[in-house]
Amino acid sequence: MWYDVTMGSRIAEHPFYFTGCWELREMAGRSARDEQQLLEAIEEIPLDSLHFHTHSFFLRHLYIAGPYPNDFATWAAIQVRDRVLGEKLGILDPYDFENLEALRTEIVNIIDEHLSQLQIIPRVIYGEPFHFMQSRIIEVPTGLEARSLTEFRNILATVDASVVYYHNFEAILRLGRRKGDFALWIEEQLDLPELARKISRLGFYMTTLESIRHRIIKLCDEVLEKETRG
Amino acid sequence: MNRLDDYRNVVPKGTIDFLKCLAEQVKGKKILHINSTKLGGGVAEMLRSQLLLLQDLGVDAQWQIISGTEAFFNITKSFHNALQGQEQHISQQMLQAYLEVNRENAQRLSFDADYVVIHDPQPAALIESRSTQGKWVWRCHIDISRPQWKVWSFLKQFVVDYDAAIFSLPRFAQRLPIPQFLIFPSIDPLSDKNRDLSPQEQSQILRRLNVPADKPILLQVSRFDRFKDPLGVIQAYRLVKKHHDVQLVLAGGGATDDPEGETVLSEVREAARDDPDIHILLLPPDANLEINALQRAATIVLQKSLREGFGLTVAEAMWKGKPVIGGSAGGITVQLVYGVTGFAVNSVEGAAFRIHYLLDNPEMMTKIGEDAKEYVRQNFLITRHLGDWLALMSYLGRTN
Repeated sequence: MWYDVTMGSRIAEHPFYFTGCWELREMAGRSARDEQQLLEAIEEIPLDSLHFHTHSFFLRHLYIAGPYPNDFATWAAIQVRDRVLGEKLGILDPYDFENLEALRTEIVNIIDEHLSQLQIIPRVIYGEPFHFMQSRIIEVPTGLEARSLTEFRNILATVDASVVYYHNFEAILRLGRRKGDFALWIEEQLDLPELARKISRLGFYMTTLESIRHRIIKLCDEVLEKETRG
Repeated sequence: MNRLDDYRNVVPKGTIDFLKCLAEQVKGKKILHINSTKLGGGVAEMLRSQLLLLQDLGVDAQWQIISGTEAFFNITKSFHNALQGQEQHISQQMLQAYLEVNRENAQRLSFDADYVVIHDPQPAALIESRSTQGKWVWRCHIDISRPQWKVWSFLKQFVVDYDAAIFSLPRFAQRLPIPQFLIFPSIDPLSDKNRDLSPQEQSQILRRLNVPADKPILLQVSRFDRFKDPLGVIQAYRLVKKHHDVQLVLAGGGATDDPEGETVLSEVREAARDDPDIHILLLPPDANLEINALQRAATIVLQKSLREGFGLTVAEAMWKGKPVIGGSAGGITVQLVYGVTGFAVNSVEGAAFRIHYLLDNPEMMTKIGEDAKEYVRQNFLITRHLGDWLALMSYLGRTN
């Protein structure tokens, strides 16, 4: 990292390469018509499918947050019309969990406990069954790169929203980069640990990719403003 | 015809450049679409728009059609109905004739492409003639969730030989040993049915259709078909009319291959009787500008289907910023996020309740309309569909 006096900005030794992604949706070949079937299927489905219905939910709600933050809660509340289970699953923040297996255990526990209190198993009568899906994520390098915070925020403001998803959600959960790529680069390459910390602590619960993009840009702008003021 | 860069101002920011990056992964590859008609129908309409745009993205996109006798198309029409759940008599002779026409077409057509996409059941048996080169994909546009078993098991013997299948909704998927992908259909925001209209254009069209602008308009655009429940729409309108002075427009054409259409239309006319605020419009199949103007003039759009494929008329109305109340059927529930981008309802009373609610809460109508438009922008525009094709090509290109 060096400081470019003319640009009034820190310059990274290694640029940030913006990568987006496209989610191809694959049917997992399993469905559930009642909450017991949902429970049994969640116990057995591949983790990719669990990821689809919890984390990559955001990729399908770029601009508008649905009434519930994951597919399981949405299905229970809207299709089965069991708002109690919808609420119990809705409060679950998938980013509170170390890994997908831990998340699976918690979801199974919630549904199991819920069913144990009921005399009959809630099932779909008028609504749609739950169809399990999984994602095939295609990485798409955008060819865009940033060396300074100004360049970073300017590019982030205009790229496809999937870039936000890829460098945060996909990087953290599937690629094991716990801080997320944005925070990691800002800390290591721009030596801005406070900004990195704020970005890595952004809550993703009940939000949209557009909203996350705006919050990151706002945080960058605050730093840039401070730097300009000297 | 519109070119890719024409879409820059209507699609989400960054989309066009992103599609160009995605297309780099399959640049120069040849994709060949094969279906049974170049004229009429949603599939041909979608392919026509998509082909040019795929070419703009550097993909060698081609389109061929199969030819067949009238008897062949009668057989495939029966297939179509049987796969959608209607009881049909399909004889061994009919199955044989289907295979013969497919084999004749296989002799005539060239399958020299990296990706061969076969649309719907009519050309599905062409897979018998595949060479080792190229990935073959079966794209099913129809609802085969409750097929007549004999026809599906006949067709399935061909489908299993494809490298992948694509369906429009998860519930249309079948038990198959090949990957099955979900690709939603899409609308073209720059087509006559969806492009912006000037106020003058819009009012001229409404005058021509004799639809007055003096009362809020409830609109349903659909064929006069029992599954679209036009009689239920009239009942819902009557419940609302007690509280709000609205008018109802039922606009649609009769399908020439639907003998029941005339009966349903008579029932609708009888139900409307002499109510001057119910307008029944019979539109020709190419009345795209008329549908566009009606949707833009509507206060609330209904699609109270009892059974539905995907129901793209919902996305069309949402794209015009209209609150939509739809039947809880097929793809309507995918488009209408309850209370956010519209309402999916299950009864006449449910429809009436939500119309009443929206008319009493105009600010809610505005908010739902705005969110509905954005939801379509993100999920149901042609550019998303192009991305799905490119991603599928890229994915299949990497698999053995």
